[in-house]
Amino acid sequence: MRNRLKVLRAERDWTQAQLASELEVSRQTVNAIEKGKFDPSLPLAFKAARLFGMSIEDIFQDEATS
Amino acid sequence: MNDPKTRPSDWATSNKRNTLRLRYWTLAWVAMMAVAAFGPKYIWDFATLPTILALLMSMGVGFGMIVANKRYLQGLDELHQKIFLDAGALTLGVGLVCGLSYELLEDIKLISFEPEISHLVVLMCLTFLVGMIFGHRRYQ
Repeated sequence: MRNRLKVLRAERDWTQAQLASELEVSRQTVNAIEKGKFDPSLPLAFKAARLFGMSIEDIFQDEATS
Repeated sequence: MNDPKTRPSDWATSNKRNTLRLRYWTLAWVAMMAVAAFGPKYIWDFATLPTILALLMSMGVGFGMIVANKRYLQGLDELHQKIFLDAGALTLGVGLVCGLSYELLEDIKLISFEPEISHLVVLMCLTFLVGMIFGHRRYQ
């Protein structure tokens, strides 16, 4: 699964630690998601969508359909 | 627009508290195990009542440690829960296969000594440690 987390974070000038704090996960988890090594659960994806004020599909894209 | 602050989040604080709680319960359990193991020989000369009490207290603190470990695990974020689960699954498999094979070694007369449960515990601890290290490296 691809995602725009790194771009969205950079646009807001947030560090991984700051984003992790908002999402209530560790910095390592944010890093793993940004690198595509770990796919977040649906609740975490919703939380990220709420934080950025976007829909889940705007942040996360399924590689098979994109 | 939201602006995340640099303060530690409630999650991080809670995680730290769970880790400390697990550490204290584990230390207490190890101490109680030592009392139950060495007390009968070195302190109360194998008197039945204190031996039973020490064993029951050791088990009670052990269950406290299990609960603390469960809370610790529930407090982790999803990536760390997955790393923990993978390492736990590896440990369970290695413990089962190697533990039974080790026990079999004596039954089929390939070793002359009695297999010690402590050897299995050490193997499981090392396996879990290796599993956690590889899990963390995989998601770096």
